[in-house]
Amino acid sequence: MKAPSFAYVRAKTLPEVFQLLETHGDGARLLAGGQSLLATLNLRLASPELLVDITGIPGLSGIDVANGRIRIGALTTHAEVGRSPEIARTLPMLSLAAPHIAHTAIRNVGTFGGSIALADPAAEWPACCVALKAEFVVASKTGSRRVPAHDFFQGLYTTDIRPAEVLTAIEIPIPSREYRSTFLELARRHGDFAIVGIAAIARNTRGTLSDVRLAYLGAGQVPVLAQTAMAAVEGKRLSPDIVDAAAQALTSDLDPSGDSESTSATKMHLARVLTGRALAALNA
Amino acid sequence: MEQSVETTMVVNGGTVTRRIPARQHLIDFLREDLGLTGSHAGCEHGACGACTVRVDGKIVRGCLMLAVQADGKRIDTIEGLSDSGEIAELQQAFHQRNALQCGFCTPGMLVAAQDLVADHPDATREQIREHLSGNYCRCTGYHAIVDAIETVLNTRRGKGHA
Amino acid sequence: MNTRTESLVTVPGPKTDSGYIGHSVPRPNARRLLQGRGAYVDDLRLPRLAHVVFFRSPHAHARIKRLDFTRARTLPGVIAVVDGHDVAKFCKPWVAVLGHLKGIKSAPQYAIAIERACCQGEAVAAVVAESRAQAEDAIDHIEAEWEDLPAVVDMADALAGNYVIHSDLGDNICFSRELDTGGVDAAFANADVVVEETLEFDRHTGVTLEGRSLLADYNAAEHALTVYHSTQAPHMMQDIISRHLDIPEANVRVIAKDVGGSFGIKVHVYPDEMATAALSVMLRRPVKFVADRLESFLTDIHAREHKVRIRLACTKAGEILAFDLDDLTGIGPYSVYPRTSGIEGNQVVNLTGGPYKHQRYRARLNVVFTNKNVTCQYRAVGHPIAVAITESIVDLAAGKLGMDPAEFRRRNLIPDDAYPYTSASGMKFEKLSHQQALDKLLALMDYDKLRAEQTELRRKGIYRGIGLAAMIEVTNPSPAFYGVGGARISSQDGATLRLEPTGMVTCMVSVTEQGQGTEGICAQIAATAVGVGIDKVRIVTGDTGTTPYGGGTWASRGAGIGGEAVLQSGKVLRAHILDVAAAILQASGEMLDVRENNVVDVRTGEVKLSLAELGRVAYFRPDTLPMNFQSELMVTRHYTPHGYGFAFTNGFQASLVEVDTDTGFVRLLKHWCVEDCGTIINPLLVDEQIRGGVVQGIGGALFEHCVYSPEGQLLNGNMAEYLVPMAGEMPDIIIGHIVTPTQTSELGAKGAGEAGTAGAPGAVMNAINDALKPLNARVTAQPVTPERVLRALGKV
Repeated sequence: MKAPSFAYVRAKTLPEVFQLLETHGDGARLLAGGQSLLATLNLRLASPELLVDITGIPGLSGIDVANGRIRIGALTTHAEVGRSPEIARTLPMLSLAAPHIAHTAIRNVGTFGGSIALADPAAEWPACCVALKAEFVVASKTGSRRVPAHDFFQGLYTTDIRPAEVLTAIEIPIPSREYRSTFLELARRHGDFAIVGIAAIARNTRGTLSDVRLAYLGAGQVPVLAQTAMAAVEGKRLSPDIVDAAAQALTSDLDPSGDSESTSATKMHLARVLTGRALAALNA
Repeated sequence: MEQSVETTMVVNGGTVTRRIPARQHLIDFLREDLGLTGSHAGCEHGACGACTVRVDGKIVRGCLMLAVQADGKRIDTIEGLSDSGEIAELQQAFHQRNALQCGFCTPGMLVAAQDLVADHPDATREQIREHLSGNYCRCTGYHAIVDAIETVLNTRRGKGHA
Repeated sequence: MNTRTESLVTVPGPKTDSGYIGHSVPRPNARRLLQGRGAYVDDLRLPRLAHVVFFRSPHAHARIKRLDFTRARTLPGVIAVVDGHDVAKFCKPWVAVLGHLKGIKSAPQYAIAIERACCQGEAVAAVVAESRAQAEDAIDHIEAEWEDLPAVVDMADALAGNYVIHSDLGDNICFSRELDTGGVDAAFANADVVVEETLEFDRHTGVTLEGRSLLADYNAAEHALTVYHSTQAPHMMQDIISRHLDIPEANVRVIAKDVGGSFGIKVHVYPDEMATAALSVMLRRPVKFVADRLESFLTDIHAREHKVRIRLACTKAGEILAFDLDDLTGIGPYSVYPRTSGIEGNQVVNLTGGPYKHQRYRARLNVVFTNKNVTCQYRAVGHPIAVAITESIVDLAAGKLGMDPAEFRRRNLIPDDAYPYTSASGMKFEKLSHQQALDKLLALMDYDKLRAEQTELRRKGIYRGIGLAAMIEVTNPSPAFYGVGGARISSQDGATLRLEPTGMVTCMVSVTEQGQGTEGICAQIAATAVGVGIDKVRIVTGDTGTTPYGGGTWASRGAGIGGEAVLQSGKVLRAHILDVAAAILQASGEMLDVRENNVVDVRTGEVKLSLAELGRVAYFRPDTLPMNFQSELMVTRHYTPHGYGFAFTNGFQASLVEVDTDTGFVRLLKHWCVEDCGTIINPLLVDEQIRGGVVQGIGGALFEHCVYSPEGQLLNGNMAEYLVPMAGEMPDIIIGHIVTPTQTSELGAKGAGEAGTAGAPGAVMNAINDALKPLNARVTAQPVTPERVLRALGKV
C-alpha cells in the first residue's frame, strides 16, 4: 500500500497557500497533521498532484482566551487540546472528547482544524463544535469570514470551505458557570471510530434545563443537532418521562445509516441510550 | 514543486541529509534508506502501532508521516533507544516477563511504553492498558506487557516488583 | 492479578536431574527482538532485489476475458508483467486432497489464475518492479476485461448446488463425513431431557502483524533456489517448491528466520508465494513478496465459518446420553494445499463432546466450496467450534434441569481414573485430568463467591455472567494426521547437537520458532541433557540447509516432538563426551559425569576436566588419544510420536463478564484457564502461550469476522473495520496447571500452544448467556456483537 506519486511543498505563508490552491485547484491537497490524508494516500484512495504542507506557517496554532471566547488555532493538535488547562476550565466537553480520538500517537500529530475540515461523520470535534455554537474562521486571499458550525457541515466530507480557502481558527463562546456539558461515545474498542456519540450541553438553573443542545456524531452524514429531542427537554426539569420523550423524539431527528457492524435500528437504539445517559449528566 | 525534496533530519543522534521522494513515508525511509529495520510497518493506515517511533520527543505513527516532513526534526527509533540505554529497564522487564513472543510489535510497543513511563509515573494498570490501546499484539494477549510496564513503574516508585 | 508460577532465573546453572526443565528461563533469542535487531523477511537485502505486486480479481467469480499489459510495462522501474500462463510454465498447479479424508475433492489451483478468478483477491497477473511503489503504480495501468459469473456466497446455497462452481466436480461439496455410533435416535427418544440449538460462527482470520512474506533467490548457474520464507514448515515448503517448480530437492533451501506471528496462517501454500518463487526462476534474480494489510485480510486463509445444529439428550439426573450434530462449513473455491480444508470440520466431528463419558454420538459434516476467500487450519483448528457447541448445549441442558453448570459437568466428565479411554467419536486418550482441572479452576476463581456476587448484583440490575468450558486439545500429532493421507508432511523431527571446541553446544533442530519459545525450550533441554549452562547453548532452527529433516512447528508439536529429539540427542552427546573424557583421563566413563560445563567425578563432584579443555584435546590434539579411539562430538537423534494418534491435553476455562443490557456491550472482567499439558519445560512460556491463545479466541468470540456482501466482496478488510482485540478491552488471565506427563516420551511433554484459543470462545459465550439468563435471552452466533445481544434482548 504505497502512496502514488505527488509533489510536495512546505508553505511558509498563507498567501503562498492561496496561490497554490488557486493554481492547482482540485489537484492540490492541504497537509496538516495528515493522520487521515496520509492513510487515504497509502490506501490509494486519492491521487493529488501536490501536497501543500501548512504545518510550518506561524500563527495557526495555539489556544487563547479573549473576550469570553476560546480561540483554537487550526493547527493545534488533538493532544494539545486534550491537555489544555484553559480548555478543561472553560470547555470541559472538549477535554472529555479528546481521549476518544484514536490513540496518543495520532493525537500528537492530528489537528483540530484538520478534523473540522475533513468532517468525518464519526469525528468528535465537529459534533462538539455544533453543540458549543462554535464559529470557524476561514481565510482566503480576500480576507477572513466566519461560519457558524451549524452551517458549516453540509454533507459527507463536505464543508463550507470554498476553493482556495483555508480554515485558520475555531472560536467557541465560553458558556457561563450554570452550564453543564458532557460527551459520550460508544465504540467497540478505545480509540475506534464511534458507532454513535453525543455532545450535550445545557444551562442547568436549579434543575431546570434550558438552551439545551444535543449534537450527535455517527448518526448522519453530518453532526446532527437533534431539534425535536431538544425541544422535548427545553425549559423542563428532567424526569423519566421527559427523558423518554426526548429519546422517542430522536426518531424524527436522526437517520443513521447501517454499516457492516450495526444496522440503522441498532444505532438509533444506542443513540437513545446515550441521550438518557447524557441528560442524566446534565442534570447532575 | 518537487517530487523529491532535500531533507535533513537527526536520526538517533546522527544528522542525515537525503533527497527523498515526497511519497515515501518515514518508516519506509528509515527501513530502506537508512537500514534501520527495527521499526515495522504492520498496516500502513495508522491502526496497528507497529510503526510507532519518536519525533521531537513525541510518539507518532511513522507510516502516517512523510519522510520529507521530518525535515529539521529529531527522530528516535528502537535502535537508538536501545543503544543509548534509555529503555533498558523496560527491555529487561519485557524479557523477564516474556512480554514479547514474535517480536514484531515490540519496537512500537516499547516506544509507546517509554512514553507512558516517562510522562505518567503513577499510571494504574487500567491506564497502562489505555495508553497501549493503539498497539496491536497478536501473540501475548497484553497481560504480560501490562505486567512488565507495571514492574518498571513500581520499581521506580520504590515498591519493588508487581 | 498475575500469578507467577516459578521464580525467574536469569543465568542459572543446571541443577539436579531436571536441570532447566521446569524453570521460567527468559528466552535467549528475545534479546534481538527487544532491540529491533531481528531479521524478518522484509528486513533482508539482496543484490538486484525486485518486488512483486499482484493484480487481483475485484470479482468473486469472473472469467478473465482480456488482460492488457501494454501500458503497465512502460512504467518506470517495471521489470516484467506476467499472467497465469507465463507463470504456469515455471510452476505446476496443485489439488489439495488427502487419501484419509474419504471422498474429498477439489479443483486444480494455479500460482496465478488462468482463465477464471474464483474469489475476490485471487491473483490473475503480477508486476515485478524495482520497488514496491513502482510495481503498484504499474498495477493501476493493467487493463482487464471480465465476464461476471454467478457467485456462490451463502453456505446453504452452496450445499443446495443450484450453481456449481467447478462443473467437473458435480457439486459444491469438498468433503462430507458422517460418524454414527448407532443407538442415537433411541437415546434421544428415551431421554428425559432433550435440548437443541443452532449456533453460528462467522469466518475470521489470523491477522499476523508481520504480513506473509517470501523472498526467493534463484541462482541460474546452479539451478538452485534459496527461499527466505515467513513460514512454520520450511521442509514442507522445500518439498513442495521442489516438486512444483521442478528443481531438485537438495537444490532448494528454505530458510525461516524471524517470523512475525503465524498461528497456522503461514503453514499453508499460497499461490502468490509460489508465484514469487517462480518469478525468481523466470527472471533469474531475487524477487520479494510481502502481503500488505489489505492483501492479508483478503487472501490470508480465513477460518471457522460454521453453522451447527447440535442436540443433547440426558436423564433428569443430568447424565448425558448422546450428542447429535449437523455441521455446515463454508470454505473458499479451493481446498488449501497441502493440508486440505477438510480438516477443520473433521476436527469438529472428532472432538465435540470429548470431555464427557456418553457412549452415543452422531455427527454429520458438509464442507462446501464458496466464492469467498479460501479457509484452512488456524490456531486450534476446529476446537473453538467443537468446544463452544459442546459447552453451550451442556449449559442449556443444565439450565433446563435447574442444575449448577459446574455440577452438571462434574457428573459427566470422564473420571480421571478411567484412562486409557476411547471417546464416543473414536479418539484415544492416554490420560486426562478433567476432574482435577475442574476442582482447581473452581478454587482458583472462587466460584461460589462469584455466584454469590452475581446474585447480589442482579438485584441491582447489574448483569454478570460466569461461563465454563471443558476442553480437550489435540497436540503432538502422529503421521495419522497428514502422513497417512499421502501428504509429504513430516511428523517426526530431529536434533543435532555438537560440542564446540570451547565447550559450547550448538543444537540444530527441525522444529521452528514463531515467538512461542521453541528455541528457548530447546536450549533448556539441550543444556540439561548435556550438562552445560544454558548460556553455552546456541540453537539453529528454520533452515533446511542446516537442520535435520522434520515437520516444523504446528498443531502444538514443537515441545513434545522436537523437544524429545533434543533430549535424546543431548543424552547421547553427553555419553560421547564422557567417552572422550574417559580416554583423556584414562578413567572409566561410569565414574564420570558432565555437570555445569565440566567433567566431574560422579560421586564427589570434583572437577576433572573442563569441557573447553576436552574440546581442545578432542579437536586439536587427537594425537594424544588412544589410536583406535575417535571422538564423536556431534550427535543426531530423531523422534516420532508413537502409540497414540495425538497427545491429547485437557483443561478448563472460565470467563467472567458483565453485560450492559442497554447497549449490548460486553465487558470482560476476568478469565481463567487450568491446563494440563504434561511436563512443563518453561512455565513462563506455557502461561504466555495460553494467555495469547485465550485472547485470540476472545477475538473470534466477540470482535472478529470477515464480512462479505451478497456479491462476495469483503466489506471490512482493514484494521479500522476488522476488529482485533486490543489492550484496552482484554482481561487479566489467571492460569493454573495440572501435570500429567505423557508416558510415550521421556520428556513427557504434550503441547500447549492452542489450548487457550480452543476454550475461550466457549467460555465467553457461556458467560454472556449466563448473564442474560434472568432476561430469557440467549445469543447463538459469534462474534457476539452488541447488536446480537440487543437482538437477543428484543431491543432491536
